[in-house]
Amino acid sequence: MVAYLLSRIAQTVLTLFVMSVLVFGGLNLVGNPVDVLLSSTATPAERLQVIKSFGLDKPVVEQYWIFLKHALEGNLGNSFVYNQPALTLILQRMPATLELAFVALVMALLIGIPLGVYAGLRPRGLVSKSIMTFSILGFSLPTFWIGLVMIMVFSVYLGWLPASGRGATVSVLGVPLSLFTLSGLAHLVLPAFNLALFKISLVIRITRAGVIETMQLDYVRFARAKGLSEARVVLVHVLKNTLIPLITVIGLELGSLIAFAVVTETIFAWPGMGKLIIDSIAVLDRPVILAYLLITVVMVSIINLVVDILYSIVDPRVRLEGDA
Amino acid sequence: MSGLDTDTTEAGKAAPASVSPLRKTLAALFRDRLALFGIVVVTIIVVAAVLAPLVAPQNPYDLSQLDIMDGRLAPGSHSMDGMLYLLGTDDQGRDLFSAILYGLRISLLVGFLSAGIALVIGASIGLFSAYVGGRTDAALMRIVDIQLSFPSILIALIFLAILGQGVDKIILALVVTQWAYYARTIRGSALIERKRAYVEAARSMALPDRRILFRHILPNCLAPLIVVATMRIAYAIMLEATLSFLGIGLPVTQPSLGLLIANGFNFMLSGDYWISFFPGLALLVLIVAINLIGDALRDILNPRREG
Repeated sequence: MVAYLLSRIAQTVLTLFVMSVLVFGGLNLVGNPVDVLLSSTATPAERLQVIKSFGLDKPVVEQYWIFLKHALEGNLGNSFVYNQPALTLILQRMPATLELAFVALVMALLIGIPLGVYAGLRPRGLVSKSIMTFSILGFSLPTFWIGLVMIMVFSVYLGWLPASGRGATVSVLGVPLSLFTLSGLAHLVLPAFNLALFKISLVIRITRAGVIETMQLDYVRFARAKGLSEARVVLVHVLKNTLIPLITVIGLELGSLIAFAVVTETIFAWPGMGKLIIDSIAVLDRPVILAYLLITVVMVSIINLVVDILYSIVDPRVRLEGDA
Repeated sequence: MSGLDTDTTEAGKAAPASVSPLRKTLAALFRDRLALFGIVVVTIIVVAAVLAPLVAPQNPYDLSQLDIMDGRLAPGSHSMDGMLYLLGTDDQGRDLFSAILYGLRISLLVGFLSAGIALVIGASIGLFSAYVGGRTDAALMRIVDIQLSFPSILIALIFLAILGQGVDKIILALVVTQWAYYARTIRGSALIERKRAYVEAARSMALPDRRILFRHILPNCLAPLIVVATMRIAYAIMLEATLSFLGIGLPVTQPSLGLLIANGFNFMLSGDYWISFFPGLALLVLIVAINLIGDALRDILNPRREG
């Protein structure tokens, strides 16, 4: 277990290093942030001063070395635009994104699992066929477009739900959350459902496949032969085994939800880190871009690791590989 | 779907079956009503997009044909000289129906080209990996695993943040995000095929490795690859639209569907829904149609299901 953890951490560090070199080097090849930030009336002297203050006058390798040294001290550089530490900017916005992703995940499970179980129990029924057609539709709906349509229907025409922002937040252990106020909830429903839609389809399909497969196994027949009620067979015996593959998926999808929040946040003006990165790419705010990518990669890596460990606990047949 | 057809044709020539697998697959595909619907829709869209200069009522990017006075007209309106704006116009007075046809050209180009390049690169790497085995295989598959554990949009973001905007750049970013799917798929089937008797036979005839790899093993691994490719094309088109919508994909000079939708977003809150709605609908229909074909192909060819 310890060897496994160490090798995974080493792998994550290596991934982070490769990515930071890639992004750092790459960003230096694309446009000059000074051109974007300075007004066209700036004098050459002002220009030089700005370049110097950002440390852009040094060779790229030296810039990277400085970045690396600071990064190890937990300093990912100051944003060119906000003139605040990039890390602070992102951490400020992280709760909003995590809240959105988490609520979307819960929605996907609460809607997807029952539908998937139903479709798996009666694969030939009309309702099941409709559910599966819906899931193809869910896979195909462009998230950003369906978000627009939802705003159009629920905010513009019906006027039921707000189209943008986060609403009132309550501080829970110092973290601002929308989940516990009415206005916050109203703001959360549309974006979270928008983000969840794609995942609902996925959960339906995996649950259905699992249920169909499990229903044919001997132990289910045996449970029936024992005279257990159908509800108990399905809810306890079948569902439990179906949930195992779901754990992996949930883990992977949580990472993907955090990344795809970029889209939903842009549409619903949700003040999370996804909106920050899109704005930062537009103005070439390198420290923020780099910090966002590094932090997201770390988060995804941690989630993946936790999922792998959980998986080995839930399913004893799975053994964690010790060697990298 | 021309890429798909040529792939299966080659499989048909090389595979040692008595009935051409291509014909069998196509027959099954045409029997499936949903798949048939998908094929018809995709064909219509591709033909309309390719022939856009002939089919579209207007060249939406020829400024001399636009009239700013016709800006933001509702669907079904007419221009001063009687031309019908079937789906309305955008803020520049551009006929949306024409703009969608032209936009589809770019979306289809990016989707098919990126999926095609990723297929060639990914399949080559996967095939090579399965064939050489050992440490090289382990190392390559570790890279694939790591890459697939990250959300595709994150990888696309990384590359677009570095590369900037442009058709070539978004294709490159999409190839980078997708090759690993093909590599993993083909490696899985190649590992199984490698142990089959016909490969043994080919080896005993002292055929060169390259020939065994491409003429014997590859054709027998095509089925799952085709299924993955179909799904990936749809996904690539969607991802391109998403990235362009976010303003980090294609430049404004390459108005794909995503950019049309982004443009309409500004007018949506004032009730001019059509500028965003119809390009999105076109995108949705295209993606659903491709996915319907992919779904049917998956059932017909029945490869190992993706976990």
